[in-house]
Amino acid sequence: MIRFEHVFKRYENGREALANLSLDIGAGEMNFLTGHSGAGKSTLLKLIALIERPSRGQLVVNEQNLNSISRRKIPAYRRQVGMVFQDHKLLVDRTVFDNVALPLIVAGVAAREIGKRVRAALDQVGLLTYENSRPLELSTGEQQRVGIARAVVSKPLILIADEPTGNLDPDLSLEIMQTFQRFSEVGVTVLIASHDVRLIQQFAARVIRLEGGRLIAS
Amino acid sequence: MNAIKIWAIRHAQTAVGTLGRLSHQWLPSAFMVLVIGIALALPACLQVVMNNARLASGDWNRAVEISVYFKVGTPIAHVEQTAAGVRRRSEVASVNVIPADTALVEFRKQSGFADALAALTENPLPHAMMVRPRADATRGTVLAELADELRHLPEVELAQLDTAWVNRFNAMLEIMNRAAVVIGVLLALGVVVIVGNAIRADIQGRREEIEVTKLVGGSNAFVRRPFLYTGLWYGLAGGLLALVVTYTVVGILSGPVKHLAQLYGSNFLLATLSLTDAMTVLGAALALGWIGSFVAATRHLRAIEPK
Repeated sequence: MIRFEHVFKRYENGREALANLSLDIGAGEMNFLTGHSGAGKSTLLKLIALIERPSRGQLVVNEQNLNSISRRKIPAYRRQVGMVFQDHKLLVDRTVFDNVALPLIVAGVAAREIGKRVRAALDQVGLLTYENSRPLELSTGEQQRVGIARAVVSKPLILIADEPTGNLDPDLSLEIMQTFQRFSEVGVTVLIASHDVRLIQQFAARVIRLEGGRLIAS
Repeated sequence: MNAIKIWAIRHAQTAVGTLGRLSHQWLPSAFMVLVIGIALALPACLQVVMNNARLASGDWNRAVEISVYFKVGTPIAHVEQTAAGVRRRSEVASVNVIPADTALVEFRKQSGFADALAALTENPLPHAMMVRPRADATRGTVLAELADELRHLPEVELAQLDTAWVNRFNAMLEIMNRAAVVIGVLLALGVVVIVGNAIRADIQGRREEIEVTKLVGGSNAFVRRPFLYTGLWYGLAGGLLALVVTYTVVGILSGPVKHLAQLYGSNFLLATLSLTDAMTVLGAALALGWIGSFVAATRHLRAIEPK
């Protein structure tokens, strides 16, 4: 589903974030991406999200070579990838419902369909009764689950998450990871960056280890 | 059909949503509308002034006459015959023949030289006729050519056409017209800049929302749409305000102008902005709002990309 072929990423300030990375992630798998901070985890996810472009090498996602996706086509591509962020990036002036509905609205889904799908997504993360709340009225763990609901509402084939449990205590972290696992069980390819090794060990999932921009274990 | 319907619904939603957002921050919105309204009311008022100046000059153009004086000794029958010929011409509205005797009587009455004139044994005045052209013949060279032709009739001594002041007035009108256009263009540019600046500030304030929208796959067109509607609303409200201001100004002035005209013995009435002019003001306001927001949104949204 996701294939890196000799990918290099060097930022404009000269820092080399990824060096000669080759990696193949199959469809419907649960994968953890781990390593110290600065190892290149975030960069790897940004390449998949097309927030950054590789300096060299090929990156193929869902049989599309990302190098051949033009700037104009990026929005359509991003709709195929669900993204969860450490700071969850929710819009605090909108309700939970409106936050989760955003990916459907930008994709032009009909209004009736939006209601059904948003409630289904909120149900999957256990927040069905919170649709009219504002993000700041929720706990940190609940906010992150809203972020997950927004990432999965358009039923993407790929779900990527950058330190989704970075701000959570161990119990909540486990709960969030279990939520991700449920999505991988229904065929979504999940890739989660996390430095919390103890948490990762509780799951029977592939662990991709980066160090200094290089793949050292997979 | 369905796709068009969805598209229309989405645009309507954006339009209404944008209006809601603007009314939520009503004070800065009202300020923007006020600035645009005043900036557009000025050229609209100038247009009213020009309309009225043109109407007034039309009246004066109709007052232009060619005074034709016949050679002394030309028989009155001959004069009448010539007058009849001139009267038939298409560019002539009326011809008024003034026989020498009538002219003398008038002159005696008006000049105050009655006693001196009484001493004359012969009438020194010639027969004359006043040729009044049609209104549409008063522009360009038509009038001058007519005067020239009359001047060259063998029985005519003198044909006078006094158009110098009309020409000067028309030249002044032309300068005013140009000045109005220049002022209008400058103010229109000002409106574009003002709207653009407001949109730029709006974009900076909604940076996070734009970034998140782009992250979940919102296209540039989608992200830009609410800002374009904001510009259109500003333009529409500003244009309407400009019309209200203009009609109010005309309403305030029309009474005194009527009074002034009556003092001059004229029944001149202040003309207001025509429907076509009003539509032009509104259309221009919408276009300027749209252009300002389009330029600003295209420029500044490009710079906001998720990191």
